[in-house]
Amino acid sequence: MTEAEIRRLACEILSDIAPDTDPATLAGDKDIREGLDIDSMDFLNFIIGLNKRAGVAIPEEDYPKLFTMDGVVAHLIRETQDLPGAQ
Amino acid sequence: MPSLGADMESGKLVHWLVKPGSVVRKGDVVAVVETHKGAFEIEVFEEGVISELCAKEGEELPVGAPLARLAKLGEAPPAAPPKAPEAAPKVIQVSAPAPVVETERATETPASPSVTQPASRLRVTPVARRRAGELGIGLDALKGTGIDGSVTLADVHLAIAKGVSSKAPSPAAVPTARRKGFDPDEMRQAIAAAMSRSKREIPHYYLTSTIDMSRSLAWLETFNKQHKPEERLLPAVLLLKATALALRKNPQLNGFWENGRFRPSDGIHIGWAISLRGGGLIAPAIHEVDNHSLPSLMGALHDLVGRARRGGIRGSEMMDPTFTITSLGDRGAESALGVIYPPQVAILGFGRVFKRPWVVDEQVTARPLLTASLAADHRASDGHVGGLFLAAVDRFLQEPETL
Repeated sequence: MTEAEIRRLACEILSDIAPDTDPATLAGDKDIREGLDIDSMDFLNFIIGLNKRAGVAIPEEDYPKLFTMDGVVAHLIRETQDLPGAQ
Repeated sequence: MPSLGADMESGKLVHWLVKPGSVVRKGDVVAVVETHKGAFEIEVFEEGVISELCAKEGEELPVGAPLARLAKLGEAPPAAPPKAPEAAPKVIQVSAPAPVVETERATETPASPSVTQPASRLRVTPVARRRAGELGIGLDALKGTGIDGSVTLADVHLAIAKGVSSKAPSPAAVPTARRKGFDPDEMRQAIAAAMSRSKREIPHYYLTSTIDMSRSLAWLETFNKQHKPEERLLPAVLLLKATALALRKNPQLNGFWENGRFRPSDGIHIGWAISLRGGGLIAPAIHEVDNHSLPSLMGALHDLVGRARRGGIRGSEMMDPTFTITSLGDRGAESALGVIYPPQVAILGFGRVFKRPWVVDEQVTARPLLTASLAADHRASDGHVGGLFLAAVDRFLQEPETL
């Protein structure tokens, strides 16, 4: 996946979780949980969304890497490279 | 109009999901009612045929007013009902759910929305419902694109952009002078009323206990490693189950203070405090928590939190919590000393888990620690019971594999 695709996907999932916010305006290094005021159930829904829609495995120990938008982009670029069909 | 909490005086009938002639069964959702706490689904507790809808959509009714009349199956002509003969049909009893019904339903639980709710019904998030109301847009005109196909705020804005006309709003969407639905000011008033009553009437006593969570968290880590994200458990589920099992051993904390005496509850229905985006708080019940497995409890909690946020809590879930938990989660404060929600007699607050020094085998070591704080009604129990209860919660959390 490209950086733009990952950002769009992450924002889409987060908009569903926190419909009164605009995740696209979040600074790349800001903690998403603080920025959007989401709790652990919301964050789990975010992980479920990323796992299903990007098709990457996300073990629990990787959660801290996904606390920021920059982290999500970096992690998903790395993980989707290894998927079958990726260039 | 059922009472969905000690602080409710009236409610607005927003949607009928049945019409005269509809055959209903126990547990069917028949209507959506809006209070200052949001929109709730109202279930029917008897089988029969709807013979008359007494309340109109958009109508505000005091608690206790009849919403509809129900005839026994075969008693009323299903298609064109007459103007309800006074004697035969009975007023739908929704204000006092029969505990028996809840028990029967809970055994087949993990409250999955697809089982209990008709698929065709429009789901609308509270913020979208309110905005659509303000703009005078009928909910029928909206197409949902959110999680589970629910209508979100973005869909309302999309509808405006597409030029959806607002000239013929459905009665439900007409903003009333006293705007209900999800109004932060109204919800603040409701919380103020209930909490003032609590502090005025209930002599609280408080007990606090520090719990070493290392065993529970290690067990959880192993479990979650073996499961896909949607099957993973949150620590909240262990706290719920441990609390329910501790309540089983200390029934003096599970029930209601009514007419000057304590009435214990047969079922352990734990109200889980959920903060709502935009302000406010509700604590709907998860029924029969002690009978759930951990995965089924996780399913129930996931479903409940989701429905609380987008507006799909059933009336019965608001009516019958027998005990409340407020858990601050992983970004909260260290401890929570709760205010009891009347007529309940206790509330348990869990703080955030912090790594702190702890003495194990005469050695100081870093452990993840959780502060559990009980606030209980001194009319119904004494500190001795509260202490036994907290010790039991701790004990169950030391044996996560038995939960």
